[in-house]
Amino acid sequence: MNDMSTSTVTEDGRTIGGVMMEMRNITLRFGGVVAIKDISFDIREGEIRAIIGPNGAGKSSMLNVISGFYHPQEGEVWYHGARRKAMKPYQVARQGIARTFQNIALFDGMSVLDNIMTGRINHMSSSFLDQAIWWGKAQREEVEHRRKAEEIIDFLEIQAIRKTPVGRLPYGLKKRVELARALVAEPKLLLLDEPMAGMNVEEKEDMSRFILDVNDEFGTTIALIEHDMGVVMDLSDRVVVMDYGKKIGDGSPDEVRQNQEVIDAYLGVAHD
Amino acid sequence: MPEQLIFAMEVTLNGLMTGVMYSLVALGFVLIFKASGIFNYAQGVMALFAAMTLVGIQEGRVPFSHLINAIFGTEIYDFGWDVPALLAILLTVLVMVGFAFFVQKVIFKHLVGQEPIILFMATIGLAYFLEGVADLMWGSEIRTLDVGLPQGINLAIDETTFNWFGYGFFIDNLDIVATIVAAVLVAGLVAFAQYTKQGRAMRAVADDHQAALSVGISLNFVWILVWSLAGFVALVAGIMWGAKSGVQFSLSLIALKALPVLMLGGFTSIPGAIVGGLIIGVGEALFEFSVGPLIGGATENWFAYVLALLFLVFRPQGLFGEKIIERV
Ligand SMILES: Nc1ncnc2c1ncn2[C@@H]1O[C@H](COP(=O)(O)OP(=O)(O)OP(=O)(O)O)[C@@H](O)[C@H]1O
Ligand SMILES: [Mg+2]
Repeated sequence: MNDMSTSTVTEDGRTIGGVMMEMRNITLRFGGVVAIKDISFDIREGEIRAIIGPNGAGKSSMLNVISGFYHPQEGEVWYHGARRKAMKPYQVARQGIARTFQNIALFDGMSVLDNIMTGRINHMSSSFLDQAIWWGKAQREEVEHRRKAEEIIDFLEIQAIRKTPVGRLPYGLKKRVELARALVAEPKLLLLDEPMAGMNVEEKEDMSRFILDVNDEFGTTIALIEHDMGVVMDLSDRVVVMDYGKKIGDGSPDEVRQNQEVIDAYLGVAHD
Repeated sequence: MPEQLIFAMEVTLNGLMTGVMYSLVALGFVLIFKASGIFNYAQGVMALFAAMTLVGIQEGRVPFSHLINAIFGTEIYDFGWDVPALLAILLTVLVMVGFAFFVQKVIFKHLVGQEPIILFMATIGLAYFLEGVADLMWGSEIRTLDVGLPQGINLAIDETTFNWFGYGFFIDNLDIVATIVAAVLVAGLVAFAQYTKQGRAMRAVADDHQAALSVGISLNFVWILVWSLAGFVALVAGIMWGAKSGVQFSLSLIALKALPVLMLGGFTSIPGAIVGGLIIGVGEALFEFSVGPLIGGATENWFAYVLALLFLVFRPQGLFGEKIIERV
């Protein structure tokens, strides 16, 4: 699984392992619109992989393919060295892939804590008959899930809003709660679609720190979409650049920054 | 105490118990609507189908016997055994779970993402289909349902109230049982939703499909689950109603009684369904008692709707729904 011969150690001392996820010649169409055009790239164990590109480039579509929300017409997805059959989102999630959404998908009717607890659902024991019969065991399990949830709450510094209904939270905090719900599932691969969009500088700094800490402390592999180039350069080990559904660059932040095609794509498009 | 007031108290009590029945049927609607946005027109027919199946199994009748006999030229109608009530109820629950699978796999799986009106139309189709199946399976004769529930006047209440007021209340034992069963059912459902993994999944799906998918919940599973639960609730309602007035096709009309309850309580609120049912039950009983004689009676047929309509005008979000404020 983890091909040690390809492991590398980064400047800051993190180990990046073999290929965890590989996209091979992915093409995704919506009627006449080609959202992704014959794209291949991989994500390696332990790295932070960024996907960047102008608006409408197909970044979110790519994340949706990885997480099973979209199904490409062509191409293959390989995960841990095996070809993945077409999967529903919940099946992908059960393989240890958690995600957040560009336009936030939280359970608005629930408190922050309940939202985060729902992220534990795949770690909960399977049958409700079990739960009814083994009351004691179920209780202990519940305590364990609560402990894990509180751990993530502390980690993301959202203790103060634990009981708040998420519908009432400001945007930046919602993004953080969504991250918490993804993290509490203890994913192997974490997909973040614009985790810092709409945040002020201070919030962005916090979020960057959290992402680095998640990767460093939990060893979680992360694929993220981000528009802020400064943030991307700081956070990521490797970057995929997309434009009009095509891949126009792939490499270290420094490499893609000097790539002429990338420069052109960004100069041609107004950006926030 | 004035005589009229004592009568009114008795009417109120009876209205409460009828209201419990309305709540039960409304509850079935709410379960499915909350989780899938489907307004299930077939809920009433499900109660009929469940009650017919229960009676059929209990009496040891061969399902689809007319069809079988027509095809094979046989003359079989009965297995020749009686199934004990509890076992028959258990088997009927299994049939309702099977029905839930059928509904999800054959119909709604293919309608994911369609307009609510399309889904609603599909349930209308489903209602008449199920009515046909029920007819074909068990025949259309009126049956009496007897699972051993106590019936008739409750003497203890009769006696107590007689000692207090000099007038004995007529409260049917069956209504008392129905109330207790409904209370246990609701408590069970709430505990299920609150404390089990599957219940949590159900609440998650009711709240946000996309988010539910992303944490690893199968929508298909949850939808089969809510249809099963709604089938179970339909069975309970079918038993109570069937025991009261026989198992016949008019039983499916109890759904019409649930509509005003939903208008009152909101389509997504379980407490709303319960309180709404009680208000309608008491409201229509008291109205019939006080105004009915003046205008020639039979106000039960329409009063609930008028009450619900009035309510709708002043509180469109229902009793417990949050006030909807349009953002512009
Ligand atoms: N569900 C869908 N149905 C139809 N077209 C879609 C769908 N999802 C994406 N598209 C189209 O695919 C293209 C790529 O969209 P996508 O959301 O992946 O871009 P993006 O790179 O994430 O853009 P942004 O930076 O604005 O988020 C767009 O033309 C978009 O309209
Ligand atoms: Mg996007």
